[in-house]
Amino acid sequence: MQKNQLAIGFFSLILLAGIASCTPVKEYQKNRLNDSEMSLSNRKVEKNELNFQSYREASSGANGGKTGGGCGCN
Amino acid sequence: MKKICLTVVGLYCLLLHAFSQVSRKDSVAKDSSGYHSRKLKLEEVNLVSSYYTQNGDHSAIRGGIGSEHVTDLANGLELKFIGYDALGRKNTLAAGLGIDQHTAASQAWISKTGASRRTDGTRIYPSLDWTRENEKKGSSISAGLYYSNEFNYHSIGVNAGITKKVGSNGELGLKLSTYQDRVTMILPSEFEPAGAYSIGNNGDLKHPNYGSSPRQTYTAAFSYSQIINTRLQASFLVDLVEQHGYLGLPFHRVYFTDGTDSIEKLPSQRFKVPIGLRLNYFLGDNIILRGYYRFYIDNWGVRSHTASLEVPVKITPFFSISPFYRYYVQTAANYFAPYGQHLQTDGYYTSNYALASFSSSYFGAGIRLAPPKGIISKLRTLELRYGHYTQTTDLVSDVISLNLGFK
Repeated sequence: MQKNQLAIGFFSLILLAGIASCTPVKEYQKNRLNDSEMSLSNRKVEKNELNFQSYREASSGANGGKTGGGCGCN
Repeated sequence: MKKICLTVVGLYCLLLHAFSQVSRKDSVAKDSSGYHSRKLKLEEVNLVSSYYTQNGDHSAIRGGIGSEHVTDLANGLELKFIGYDALGRKNTLAAGLGIDQHTAASQAWISKTGASRRTDGTRIYPSLDWTRENEKKGSSISAGLYYSNEFNYHSIGVNAGITKKVGSNGELGLKLSTYQDRVTMILPSEFEPAGAYSIGNNGDLKHPNYGSSPRQTYTAAFSYSQIINTRLQASFLVDLVEQHGYLGLPFHRVYFTDGTDSIEKLPSQRFKVPIGLRLNYFLGDNIILRGYYRFYIDNWGVRSHTASLEVPVKITPFFSISPFYRYYVQTAANYFAPYGQHLQTDGYYTSNYALASFSSSYFGAGIRLAPPKGIISKLRTLELRYGHYTQTTDLVSDVISLNLGFK
């Protein structure tokens, strides 16, 4: 249980530090952020990789992908 | 297999034809700044193909021993239509169709003697997603439908979501989804009544009526993304996942210490909480760092950590090479034990190595080509990616994927 609390504490700390250090960014300053490689979602080409990982490992989710359904895999 | 390859080639030709005629009227109507409504128009087509192959020696069908050799050829097509209504809201409709063709050596062992010659299968999965984006209000709503069908599994999915821009360059999101599935109850041959199974001429297992069991998944996915400065942005993701119903697979065997066997038995409820953090940083002018970390816990006793780093290097503004590495480690589920180690008195039992304690490494590289004037004709982007995966259970796999984007 202590490890879980540690993980949640770590996430909270990162989140708070991130929000606190935010600087205002104007639209014209977003040329780097708008680069396709900077996208915060998975690429389409990664879709099948995420599928096989969720079948071969016990964990899934928190990556914008599926969390259930769709496979009666061997 | 030939049919699927021909289908993919046919789809490619169809796409080139579909994009080959663009009327001048449509080109003019592209400007939506004056809030002129515009009907949905095909804007983007993506064709994703992957080939996956794996080898291992812990097949769940044989209770944790035997070949896990699998091959899978997956082809997916996505059509994206975009339009604007009279209020200037952007409507996006994405229609997808996926077809997977797989072979699995362990499938032969549904029959006790390994006599089933049918070791392949096909999965078909269409999907439909709609999003309405209000740029003035900084909000969007979405809804989606999903269906998947293969011989032993049927799945129907529905989802709805909302996003809202908050504060300075932040965005909150919530997506609710459910999957209503049915697992076909294909039992190992020794657990079927005498005479229920027979092997057909084509190697198929013949059975009068398998029957099925339900499985339901309910997910609430929360997200918060934030631009931190001109080079750094992050997203924080939390999913709450509740599953009910038949959560094992009926053809997975378990062998007990006394040499007898049974079908895996797992609880009919599972609650999962994955928490993820993604950080993307633009380093200098040519290098991007894409970092991801996930902590996962569920009430079956599985706890895992996932960490990955991808480093796209821009050789030119339109061509990049992206090496990546992912490390994963998990604890075993409370109900897992290897071949021949479960006791008859155990309440729940499985020898499926996806629920074992292990760590894995996944590494590889991808290339992305997206010149502003396109590559050939309407082909605008090309992505090719290869990865090699190893588990400490000795499972090894390779996957190569290709994405062709047309505009």
